[in-house]
Amino acid sequence: MSTQPATASTRRSEPDHEVGSFAEAREQSREVPAAPPEPVMEVLKLNVYYGGFHAVHDVNLQFGKNEITALIGPSGCGKSTVLRCLNRMNDLVAGARVEGEVNYHGTNIYAREVDPIAVRTNIGMVFQKPNPFPKSIYDNIAYGPRVTGMKVESMDDLVEEALRGAALWDEVKDKLKQSAYGLSGGQQQRLCIARTIATRPDVILMDEPCSALDPIATSRIEDLMLDLRKDYTIIIVTHNMQQAARVSDRTAFFTARPDETTGDRTGLLVEFDRTADLFARPHDKRTEDYISGRFG
Amino acid sequence: MSIATTTARRTVERTEVATGKSKERSPGSIAFLVALWFSLFFGVMVLIVLIVDTAINGAPRFDTELITNYASRVSPETTGFRAGILGTIFLMGFTALFAVPLGIAAAVYLEEFADNEKWYNRVIEVNLQNLAAVPAIVYGLLAVATMALMGFSETGTVLGGSLALALLILPVVIITTREALRSVPREIRDGSLALGATTWQTTWRNTLPAAIPGIATGTILGLSRAIGEAAPLVVVGLAGSLRFDPEGLMSQITALPMQIYSLTSQSQEDFRVAASAAIIVLLVLVLGLNALAIIIRNKFQRSW
Repeated sequence: MSTQPATASTRRSEPDHEVGSFAEAREQSREVPAAPPEPVMEVLKLNVYYGGFHAVHDVNLQFGKNEITALIGPSGCGKSTVLRCLNRMNDLVAGARVEGEVNYHGTNIYAREVDPIAVRTNIGMVFQKPNPFPKSIYDNIAYGPRVTGMKVESMDDLVEEALRGAALWDEVKDKLKQSAYGLSGGQQQRLCIARTIATRPDVILMDEPCSALDPIATSRIEDLMLDLRKDYTIIIVTHNMQQAARVSDRTAFFTARPDETTGDRTGLLVEFDRTADLFARPHDKRTEDYISGRFG
Repeated sequence: MSIATTTARRTVERTEVATGKSKERSPGSIAFLVALWFSLFFGVMVLIVLIVDTAINGAPRFDTELITNYASRVSPETTGFRAGILGTIFLMGFTALFAVPLGIAAAVYLEEFADNEKWYNRVIEVNLQNLAAVPAIVYGLLAVATMALMGFSETGTVLGGSLALALLILPVVIITTREALRSVPREIRDGSLALGATTWQTTWRNTLPAAIPGIATGTILGLSRAIGEAAPLVVVGLAGSLRFDPEGLMSQITALPMQIYSLTSQSQEDFRVAASAAIIVLLVLVLGLNALAIIIRNKFQRSW
């Protein structure tokens, strides 16, 4: 345990996370095309209601293949709600109603003939709080392939591959049969990522994956996200603007607009752009206020 | 000069901390504390006196014959509770067999599948709370009626008795199982569903196993309530004493509380001594079950 900070600092030679300059952080990053390339997912006129409450208003977004898209904004702006629509996790909330389209490779996942279970096997999700199952590390990883009936030649190999993919293998290879609850918070979150990639999804949704973690664990997860970008399309909700600036290729800024009569706060998309552009040259006053810390 | 005055004033405003007395130890607080102690002492004392009195009364009969002998009218000094103890064990086994799967299934439906918006689920919900408060004797009548409807003419069988007791503890099992399921965090279910598991798989592979310690504890506490019940067994027609062992579901039996009940109304002193001793046996069984529940709870307790 005591060696962890040392390893982390030697491992990370590049970006200095304490620096607030977003443009600088983007320097090390790659070229991002103007429009999302080969959109894997597309959101069209998405409206979400919880009972009579209008939570999200008319959101349009595209998520490019092998890109990291960050959804940022103040609390209650509907960013998590939008994320949970992308793999139909909102179905599980009583009274939730979704209007509009969420297209995954051209198929509207809210169409009648679509099986939400199949959607979730293709579009995985990592949650805010690490939520390993009360099982061994091995069984946590094997859970997804087992329940979905995935054809697996060797489960051992799959578990190793997933754990390596989540940069956790070296830390846990000798205790695969031990409970996942013995791991630290950051390790648990990487286990949850490993668990998600074990089912070989196409898209990974992350709902504030670092909000319960310390800075070292956070930077490890961020490194991991940049690694995973090679194989997956990642969509991340974050409260942390620096995090969005550090890891994402594109950023969507949401805000909440209070209703004149009821006072209900409805979330809407303000601006969606390349991360570097959004932080350096925001077009909307609200975006500028938010990223400069004047609001939220 | 001015600094000195300010400092001086502040010293005056500050409340003295070294008062030499404590408000926690004022007469009012002490009186209240004494009242609390008295209440506690009274409750515990009555229980201890009862148990000790029973133990002293039954002391002459703390021997193996108490457990191994059948009941005897001819020699009251060596009468035993073999049939009653075996009957009680049979009853508990079958009660658990009936009540546990049924109770868990009902709880799983209500917690994991039922839509709380629907009126019929709400009706079930409310009635479940009511069922837990129904007097035990009513369950005995219900068991008799059910047995009659199913065409069983014999009374006093293992089936009838365990049916009555199963009905009695069913609400307890359902309620504690629901509590146990509810204590499994939402995030665990979400994590499972997000991997593409169905609700059924999530329940069967994740939620239910995680809730087993709670379910086991609840079931055992339910059984420890059922083990001492005599009223529903009287209604079902269990014998006060028998001279043979139970053999199966349809054999005539007696139970420990039934035997104790029938002996306490006897005039001979030896029978009452035996009854006192049997009460201690019953208490040991109940405390044993409760201890088991506590052990399970502590051993498998999980903080999420």
